[in-house]
Amino acid sequence: MEVNVGAIILSPGIEPFNPKVKEEYRYGKFANVVTSMDYERLLSSTGPYQGEILRASDKKHPHKIAWIQCVGSRQVSDPARGAGGNSYCSAVCCTYTQKQVILTKDHDADAECTIFHNDIRSYGKDFERYFQRTEALPGVRFIRSYTSIVREEPKSKNVTVRYATPDQGVKEEEFDMVVLSVGLNPPTGVKNIAEKFGIELNHHNFCKLDSDNPMKTSRPGIFVSGGLQGPVDIPESVFSASGAGSQVGQLLDYRRGNLSRERIYPAERDVSQEEPKIGVFVCHCGANIGRIVNVPSAVEYALTLPNVVYAQEQLFSCANNSAREITDKVKEKGLNRVVVAACSPRTLEPLFRDTLREAGINQYYYEMANIREHNSWVHAKEKEEATQKAYDIIRMSVARACRLKPLQEFDLPVNKAALVVGGGIAGMNCALSIANQGHEVHLAEKEAVLGGIARKIHSTLEGLDVQAYLLDLIEKVYRHRLIHVYHEAAITDAAGYIGNFVTTVKSDRGVTQIKHGAAVIATGAEVYRPVEYLYGEDDRVMTHLELEEQITKGEEKVIHAESVVMIQCVGCRNEDRNYCSRICCSESVKNALKLKEINPDTDVFVLFRDMRTYGFKEDDYREAANRGVRFIRYEPQDKPQVEPGESEDGRPVLKVTVTDYILGKKLELDADIIALAAAVIPSAGTKEIAGLFKVTLSPDGFFKEAHVKLRPVEFGTDGVYLCGLAHYPKFIQETINQAYGAAGRVLTLLSRDMVTASGSVCEVDEKKCMGCGACVSVCTYSALELRETKQGKKVTINPVLCKGDGLCNTKCPTGAIQLKHFTDEEVLSEIDVLIPEEEVTQAVDAA
Amino acid sequence: MCSGRVDMGFILRAFSNGIDGVFIGGCHLDECNYITHGNYQTLNMVLLFRKIMEHIGLNPERLKIAFMSGSEANVFVEAVNDFISKVKELGPLGKSEGIDREELKSKLAEVTRLVPYIKIAKREKLDKRLKSEEEYDKFYTGGEIDSLFSEVVSYYIDPTKCQACMTCAKRCPAEAIISVKKQIHVIDQEKCIRCGTCFEACPPKFGAVTKFVGEPVPPPIPEEQRTVIRKSKEAQAG
Repeated sequence: MEVNVGAIILSPGIEPFNPKVKEEYRYGKFANVVTSMDYERLLSSTGPYQGEILRASDKKHPHKIAWIQCVGSRQVSDPARGAGGNSYCSAVCCTYTQKQVILTKDHDADAECTIFHNDIRSYGKDFERYFQRTEALPGVRFIRSYTSIVREEPKSKNVTVRYATPDQGVKEEEFDMVVLSVGLNPPTGVKNIAEKFGIELNHHNFCKLDSDNPMKTSRPGIFVSGGLQGPVDIPESVFSASGAGSQVGQLLDYRRGNLSRERIYPAERDVSQEEPKIGVFVCHCGANIGRIVNVPSAVEYALTLPNVVYAQEQLFSCANNSAREITDKVKEKGLNRVVVAACSPRTLEPLFRDTLREAGINQYYYEMANIREHNSWVHAKEKEEATQKAYDIIRMSVARACRLKPLQEFDLPVNKAALVVGGGIAGMNCALSIANQGHEVHLAEKEAVLGGIARKIHSTLEGLDVQAYLLDLIEKVYRHRLIHVYHEAAITDAAGYIGNFVTTVKSDRGVTQIKHGAAVIATGAEVYRPVEYLYGEDDRVMTHLELEEQITKGEEKVIHAESVVMIQCVGCRNEDRNYCSRICCSESVKNALKLKEINPDTDVFVLFRDMRTYGFKEDDYREAANRGVRFIRYEPQDKPQVEPGESEDGRPVLKVTVTDYILGKKLELDADIIALAAAVIPSAGTKEIAGLFKVTLSPDGFFKEAHVKLRPVEFGTDGVYLCGLAHYPKFIQETINQAYGAAGRVLTLLSRDMVTASGSVCEVDEKKCMGCGACVSVCTYSALELRETKQGKKVTINPVLCKGDGLCNTKCPTGAIQLKHFTDEEVLSEIDVLIPEEEVTQAVDAA
Repeated sequence: MCSGRVDMGFILRAFSNGIDGVFIGGCHLDECNYITHGNYQTLNMVLLFRKIMEHIGLNPERLKIAFMSGSEANVFVEAVNDFISKVKELGPLGKSEGIDREELKSKLAEVTRLVPYIKIAKREKLDKRLKSEEEYDKFYTGGEIDSLFSEVVSYYIDPTKCQACMTCAKRCPAEAIISVKKQIHVIDQEKCIRCGTCFEACPPKFGAVTKFVGEPVPPPIPEEQRTVIRKSKEAQAG
C-alpha cells in the first residue's frame, strides 16, 4: 500500500533492556529472577496469575523481594565485561520501582521489600513525595550499594544477593524473588527505521535531536515524539506527542479538516412521557468481572427489578460489536434507558452514551453500574459476596435510571484567538506555533522585554547558544503579524469560559480587554534566594545562574579560582519545599565542565545528596568525573558548613567542612568560590494568576495540570493550558516540547467552531429561591448571581460557567438549586434501594 | 461532582432506612479537583452532623469522613475496613443505643424536617475553612447543638394584623402559606422550612409575621374566622 502524506511523526517507543545480554544478572537462568516488566505483568489482573504475585518456581507468594536498580543503565561500557549496558540513565526506573514496591505492599502488607540503588532520581513532579511515601512504608529498605547475584539455592530456588553497606561491609542475603529494574533501550530495528526515513541517530541510537527543537529530526517534515527522543517518562512523552502534532499542524494547516467527516445521529425520540423501559447489560470484562461475579445470575437478577424489560451479558461491553448490540437492542426492544454494569464511568461513559445517541435516545438516559473497580477487583477472594454486591450496585443504578431526565448539552461558539501569559521560551514558542496555524495570539509579558529567565542562561549541555536562540525567537515573535505583544503586562481580570474568555490586561498599551477562546499559562519560575551558606553576606558565594553569568563574562576571580565548591539542594528537598528542582544537578555539571574547560587545574567539588543527571545527562556527569571534578555525597542531617578562613598558604578562602561517607571522615575544603544549586521556585504572581483563571496549584505551589501523566499541558479548567517552568522545573528542551504540546492542545480547541459543554449543570427553580445567597458565596466559578426581581432577590445561573460540583445544591436550604443528573431525587432513589425491601422488613421483624 | 454534594438529607435518609453506618470519601483537603474546596464544607457538615447524632442519642462514630486521592487505593481500603469493623462493633443502629425503631424514626424525621433551618442557622460555620485539627475539635460544641434545637425558630401570622395582601405567600419558597384572597393567611407549620422569607416580605406597615424562638406558635385561626377586615375599611366604618 502506498500512502501520500505531508508530514511524518515517528513514535516507535522504546524497548526494555534485555538482561540476558549480561550473564551476571542470571536472568533466564534463575527461576526467581525477573525483570521489572515481568513483575509489572505479575501485578496486573490480566497477568499470568490474574494479579497474584507468584514465583515461577513453586507458584508461592514471594515474601522477601529485592529490586536491583540501574540494570542496563548508567554503565561504563567496558569491552572486557561484555556488551550490553547503556551509559545513560534510563530516567524512569527509580520511580517505577517505588510504584512496584507500593503495589507489592498493597498485595501483601507484610512483604519485605529491599531496593538496592545508586542515586535515587526523584526529579519529576511529585516524585520526591512519592519516594518518601515508599521509604516510610514498614518493611521497606533502601540500600545504596552495588550488588551481585551470586547463587540460586538449589532447594528453595531463593536467590542470594551480595552487597555492601558502610557499617556492615560486604554481606550476602537470600531473597524469594529478585526484580531487575531494567532500563530503556532504543526501539528494536531503530537503525532500520532511521535508514528508511533518512534521519540521523545519536551515539546511543536514539534520534539525533535539534538542540532548539527536540521534535525535529535531521530531515524536514519528519518529526519525533516519545521514547525515540531518549529515555523519557509519560508526561514528557505526551508533551512531545502533542508538540509534534502541533508542528505538523503548522505545515499542513491549510488542509485541516479536509478528510474529516461529520457524524450524523438519528433524531432524538422524546421518551420523557413513557414509562421507564430499562435494558441492563452486564459485562464480563473478559475475566476481570466474570471470574469473580456470577454474571449470568446478575443478568437474571436484573430482570427481576422494576422497569427492567431486558437484560443480557456481554464479554466486553466496550468492544465495537457489543456497543452496536446495545444500540440495536434499544431499537429492537423499545428501551428508553440503559444501564451497563461494567467498569468505572471515568473512561467509557462517553462511549456508552454514544450507543444511546445512535439509537435516537437522549444520552443522559444512560447509567453506569461499576461492578469492576468497586467490586470484582477488590473482592477477588469473596466471590459469593461480590455477586451479591453486584446485585446491590445494579439495583441502585436501575433505581436511578428510572429518574434520569433527558439533558441537552450546549454548543458554544469559539473565539479563534489565544492569550498566552508569559513571554519566556515557553510562552514565545507556544505563541508562535499557534500563530503559525493561523490564529491570532495575544502575548502578555510582565517585564519590559521578552525572554524570561532564559535571559540569564547562556548555554545548555546539548550545546545550545541560548542568547543567540533567544534573540532569534524574539525576532520571530515581533515579526509575526498575528502575535500582539503586551509588555509590562498585568492581568487584572479574567472572565468568561472555554471558547469565550474576556481578559483585562494592563500594559504598555494601556488597559486592554482581550477576547480569546483559549488561554495558556506560561508564567515561568524564579530562583530561590538562599539564606544558607553565607549567601548575600560574602560575594564569593553565588547561585549557579550568577556563576554562569560570571563565567560567560570571564570574571577574573571565577575563571582564575583555584578551588570552586558547589553545594546541591539549596532551598529544596527540605521541609519548606518538599520537591526536587530537577535541573540543578545538570546545571552544576555544566558549570563544572565549563570551569574545567577554561582552567583544567581548577579544583571543582560538587557536594550532592543524589546526583540526578537523568537521561543522556549522565554522560556529562561521567565526563565531569573523568575530568577530575570531585563528587562528594552528603546527608541532609549533616549539611556542609561554610565559614571564612585562610588556606595553608595564607590565601583568604571559604572553609567548607563536609563528611565524606565513602572515606568515612570529615573533609575540609578551601573554596575561592561557592556556587549554590538554588531551588527553582514558583514565580511571585502564581497564586494571583491561578485565582484569576480559576485553575489550581499543586502542594508545591506550581500550577497543577489536569492529570500529572496523561494531561500534562491542560488544566482541569476547560480552555486553559499550561507550559514551561510554571508547571514544574525543567530543561529548555523539555520546555520547548511542552510549549509546542500546549499549542497542539490549544489548536484542538481553536480549530473548532463550537465546543460542547456538559448537560450536568445546576438549575434554579426560581419560585423556591429565598434569595439568601448561600449558593453564590460557595461558587468560586461565579456561575451564580443574585438578581433583584419583583419577588425579591433570586439567584440566576450561567450554566456555561457551572462545572457541576454541586456544592450550591447542598448549600441551598430550600432545594431551589438542583444539580442536573445528580438531583436530590436521583441520589435519594439510590439510597432508598440500597437495602432491598425484604431485608428491611426482616430487620424490623427481628428487632 | 464534589463530596460537598453530600447533603445532610442523604445521610438522614440512609439512617432512616436502617443503614448502620455512613462513609463519605473526599479528596485530600487543599487538593481540590475543582476550585471550590468543597471538601472543607463536607468536613464541617460531618462534624455538625455528628454532634446532631449525639444530640438525638446516636453514636456519632456511625458517620465517618476520610480524605484520599484516586491513586490511594490502599488508603481507601484501610479507611473502609476500619469503618466496617467499627460499625460491626457498634451493632445495629438504634438497638445498641437503646432507642427503639419507631422513636428513632420520629427523631430522624424531626431532624430531616429541620434541615433547611439548620443550613440557614449554621451557614457561616458550614462555610468555614479551618486550618488545623485542634481548631476543628472545638468547632461545634454540645451546648451549641442543644440550643440549635431548643431555640428553633417558627413564624406565625398574626390574624389581627394580616391584611391578606398575598405578598408573603408569593414569596414563600416552600409554598407553605395558605393564602386566599380576602382571607387571613396562615402558615402551614408542617410545610414551613423556617427560612423567614415571609417575615422579611410582610410589608412593614402591617408587620403581621411574628418570629417565635424555642416556643410553639399559637394554633391557626379557624377557617371560618379568616375573612379579613381591611384596615382602611375599618377606619371608614369606624
